[in-house]
Order: sequence, then structure tokens, then C-alpha cells
Amino acid sequence: MVKKHSDIAFSEAPVRVSEWRRFRRVFFERRLVTFGLVVLVLMLIAAIFAPLLAPYDPYELGPGERLLQPSSKHLLGTDLLGRDTLSRLIYGARTALMVGFISVFISGIIGIPLGVIAGYFGGITNMVIMRAMDALMCFPMLLLALVLAAVLREYAISGIWVVIIALSVAVIPGYARVTHGVTLSIKENDYILAQRAMGSSNMRVMFRHILPNAFPPLIVLMTMQLGALILAEAGLSFLGIGIDPPGAAWGAMVFDGYKYLASNPVLWLAPGIAIALVVFAFNTVGDGLRDALDPRLRGLL
Amino acid sequence: MPSTPGSEAYSSDEEKSMAELLKVENLKTQFHTESGVVKAVDGVSYYIDEQEIIGLVGESGCGKSVSQLSVMQLISTPGKIVGGEVIFEGQDLLKYKTHGPKMRSIRGAKIAMIFQEPMTSLNPVLTINQQLTEMLELHLKMSKKAARERAIELLGMVGIPSAHNRIDDYPHQFSGGMRQRVMIAMALSCNPRIVIADEPTTALDVTTQAQLLELMKDMVERFKASLVIVTHNLGVVARYAQRIYIMYAGRIVEAGTTKDIFGKPRHPYTIGLLKCIPRLDEEEDRKLVPIKGLPPNLINMPPTCAFLPRCSYKIKKCSQKPWPPLTRLHGQHYVGCYVNTEEMRNEPAAR
Repeated sequence: MVKKHSDIAFSEAPVRVSEWRRFRRVFFERRLVTFGLVVLVLMLIAAIFAPLLAPYDPYELGPGERLLQPSSKHLLGTDLLGRDTLSRLIYGARTALMVGFISVFISGIIGIPLGVIAGYFGGITNMVIMRAMDALMCFPMLLLALVLAAVLREYAISGIWVVIIALSVAVIPGYARVTHGVTLSIKENDYILAQRAMGSSNMRVMFRHILPNAFPPLIVLMTMQLGALILAEAGLSFLGIGIDPPGAAWGAMVFDGYKYLASNPVLWLAPGIAIALVVFAFNTVGDGLRDALDPRLRGLL
Repeated sequence: MPSTPGSEAYSSDEEKSMAELLKVENLKTQFHTESGVVKAVDGVSYYIDEQEIIGLVGESGCGKSVSQLSVMQLISTPGKIVGGEVIFEGQDLLKYKTHGPKMRSIRGAKIAMIFQEPMTSLNPVLTINQQLTEMLELHLKMSKKAARERAIELLGMVGIPSAHNRIDDYPHQFSGGMRQRVMIAMALSCNPRIVIADEPTTALDVTTQAQLLELMKDMVERFKASLVIVTHNLGVVARYAQRIYIMYAGRIVEAGTTKDIFGKPRHPYTIGLLKCIPRLDEEEDRKLVPIKGLPPNLINMPPTCAFLPRCSYKIKKCSQKPWPPLTRLHGQHYVGCYVNTEEMRNEPAAR
């Protein structure tokens, strides 16, 4: 940045700190957040490069190697059908993350605009949208997902997509409600009136001016939802809904493993820890993101 | 003394040399609340000529801001514009749909607004560049690059040092005075015909106030725009406005050139306002006289003059007749009062 001398003589602007550097500094300040991020990155790598990382084919049966204890050959042992637990765990990360990300994406894309529209227009629009969301919210997430999964099966949609659609629908109200609440308070700001006075259309005001201001709580919600959705997916596959056998899902692995609670604890412990770790990681990273992204908190940090 | 009541008086003015740019006729805005109908603006009429600066003065809650927001059709529920006309360039703006494209092409492009709170009237998550260029791209269909160039130029005009560096800053990196400068740049970015400044300097300290008023005056002159200064501070408009409207309880009670208002105020309210201003050129021991009482509740307005309970000039007629219409005194000086305060002022016994 070259500065002419004449510029400096008169009240010089402070040295610009790049936004990215500021973000990094705030984000990595907390050890726990860094740890969470490392876990997530490892999980992502595991999911993406599963075929390269897994020592064995996760679906290959090993009739002679059933229920082996951990050893140098099978690091986490094998299951009832002689499949390598570590390989299945790595492939399970694929299922978990895919379900999490896609469901968050779908429910966000539907729920967030609904919330903004309801909050911005108010009146009848607000009434219709938010009461519908309330009705949807009455059902516990897992129960709703179970029912939807059963219904979807009738339409020959099966496997992982049943879980994704069911979970997406179940969490839409969460997005709509948070966005609605934030929108209500943001739209009262002077800058929204100023924007309208400048001739911005309702669409522009809602999606260019209100939505970015609503992001901090939404980002936190999204990352926490990711954790919750992965947990719910595990719960559903534990109950036998979701990925069809022989596909690998952590929940199903826990279900298969708990029969050997004492004799072969690795079988249920490994996927269980994986689930807990991912959920924890998403929560801490979500929290860290909020601190780092919110321009209104920046001054304090 | 010809006495043409109310609004028609303005149009039959032969002394005007320039064309009327905006004419507001009998504007009425009401808020339907649970406790009743608030008549925030109750038949306000005024006009502004090209390249003119007018002042709209009144205390808090007298409807001055609401009248301006009504002109822009920015009243939100439970408020409603229930009557009147806003003629701008021959078109009645109130006939346009509130959110329709026609009204949007007026806002910002033809009539721009500057708000009271510079600290909150910029979007905190968008950079100055994003906010300034948005208007240029929207109304003038400029390319991103051209808009950025123009935005830097505008920031330079309003006195932001090293504008090319500051343009990518966020609003929180600017002080209040600088943000208001940005707002001025934004308001004038699309060459509007009229700029409405709603208490533009209230939230700033006195030295910054003077600088910004001076800047605003320079800018509207440069862009050949007209300026409406809405304020509760007569001192703010004294120096800049050519004409002043005094508002009370949703109505205009006195209108005239700045010279008329300050030299020969006729309405008791105007007289009261002027008595509250400290002056350097008067005797040292003069006491400032506040106006006693509070402005009336706009829900249950008496049929008589709303200023009556606080008036020190009242006569019998005041409590018997409805609110007096504006009457022309001479030239552009209009007043809505039954009392000839000029005669009474010399005999304080009458109070």
C-alpha cells in the first residue's frame, strides 16, 4: 500500500488489518475450537478418502475371522460377519457427514427464507408460516423422522435419502423460528428504513440486508444442527432405519455391537466415540465461528 | 389583508419565480392503535421549489418526521396515509403502490433521505463500498467498477480523507460524523431532486453539526437539489433555510420566509420557541422562557386550537372556534391563529 505524503499529513486511517487475519486470530484463540476443527478436518478427510484409507473392504465378509479382538492385522477387530471394524468406521464417517451436511443444507434453504419472509412481512403471512412451523415442531424430531421414513418407504425412496429427507423436514421449524426472531429485531433498525428510503425492493432488503445480519445465530445453529443431525442419524440407524445393510453407519454399528457389550467392547465403543467426537467438534466449531464472524462482537475481542 | 384559508393559498402565489418541485396538499397520516386513532399528520400542506432549502420545525411528536416518511410512502403498520396529495414533477406519489416499482424508482433516485442516527443508519455487515455502490447500480445501472469509482469520488466530496482506502471499511470503523458524511454521499449519489434530512445533526456534537450543515448546503447546491431540513432546533435552520414551516400537533401553524419567522413571528408557539433560544445580541440578564405544559395527546384532540392550553395569548374566541386555518399575512407569511399577537405583545397585561 503506497501512501502519498500528503495523505498522511491529514488524519490518517488506521492500518488495515485484513479481515481474514482477524478471523484467524479470533477463531484459533481458543484451544478447544482448534481441537474441534482438527477433529472435523480428520473426519472429512476420512470420509472423502475412505477407499484409500480403509485397510480392508468394509463389505467383505470374513467367515474365518468373526468377532476378532483388536490386533495388528485388524486394528479395531472384526464384527459378527468378520468385517473389519476400522474400515467400516471410516466408511461410516461418509454416511454421517453426508446425511448431516445435506440435511442442514436442505432444511436451511427452506427454513431460512420462510423465517425471513414471515418476520419481514408480518401479519397474515407471518401467521400462516409460523403456525405451520409450530405444528411441525410439536412432533419430536426423532418421531417425526421415523414416521416420515415409514411413509417415504411407501414411495420407494429408501436408504440414506429417507433419513436425509426425514431429518430435513424435522429441523426446518428450527431455522424458520430462529430466522424469524432475528428478522423481527433487525427489521426495526434504521438502516432497513434507510434502505427502503433508497428505493430497495422488499426482496433486496430481505435477502441482502436482513439475511447477512441474521447469519451469526444461523451459523451457530447450523453447526450445532450438524451435530444433532448426525446424532439423530445414528439414532435412526440404531433403530434400523436408514442405510440398508451392508452399508456402514455408526448407529447400526453400535446396534450390532451392543450385543457384545462385555465380550467385545470395541465393537460398540469405537462408533460410539466417533459419534460423540463429531457432535462435540461441530458444537465447538460453531461456537468459535460465531465469535469470529460477528462484526458486532469484534470490538470486544 | 387577504385571507385565503389553508392549502389553496400556496398555489395562488404570484411572487414565486422558480417552479414548484414538490407540493404536498392536505396530507393526513393516522396510526390506528388500540387506544384510538393517532392523527400524527393532520392536513399538512407545503411546497418546495427547485434548489430551495426549507426547514420544518416542531417539537418531538408533532408529526414532522411522519409527514416526511409519508411523502416517501414509508409508513408501516399500524400507520396509514388517509388523505391528501403529494405532487412531485406533476405526479401524485400517493397514487403509486407503496412497494411498486414506480415508487421505488422515486425513492433514492428522485427523493433521498438522511436519517437522524448515523450510528445505526448504515448496515453493519456490509462495507461502505457495498452500500454506496448498491444505489448506483440499482438506479443508475452503473457497472460495478464505475460505481466504485463514483463512490470514491463521492466520499472525497463529503470530506472523507483517503477515500480510496476507507471505502472497503465497515461502518463500525467510522465515527458518527463520518458516517453521517457517508449518508450524505449516499443520499446524493443518484442526483436526487430533493434531499429530506430528518434531524440530520441531532445525534452529533455541536462542532460537527455546523460542519455537516455547511457540507449539506454545499452538496445540495453542487447537485442542484432541494433540501428539506426537519429539526426541532430553530437555530439549525436559521442560517440555511429560505423558508420555514412551524409544525404543532400534526399541523403547520406558521409558515414564512426565515426573515418573517425570526423577525416577525406571529403564532404564539413560534414566539415561544424563539424565546427559548439563547441569543448573543441581547441584554445579559434576559431569561429564557420555556413553553409551559406538554404537547397534546394526539389521540383525543380537542376541536379547538391544540396549542390553546399552553397559549399565553389566548382570547375568548379561541375556545369557541375550531382550529384556525392558515391565513395569509403578507407575501409568503401565513399563520394559523385568531389573535393578532403583534398588537398584544406590547401589552403584557392581557396575559
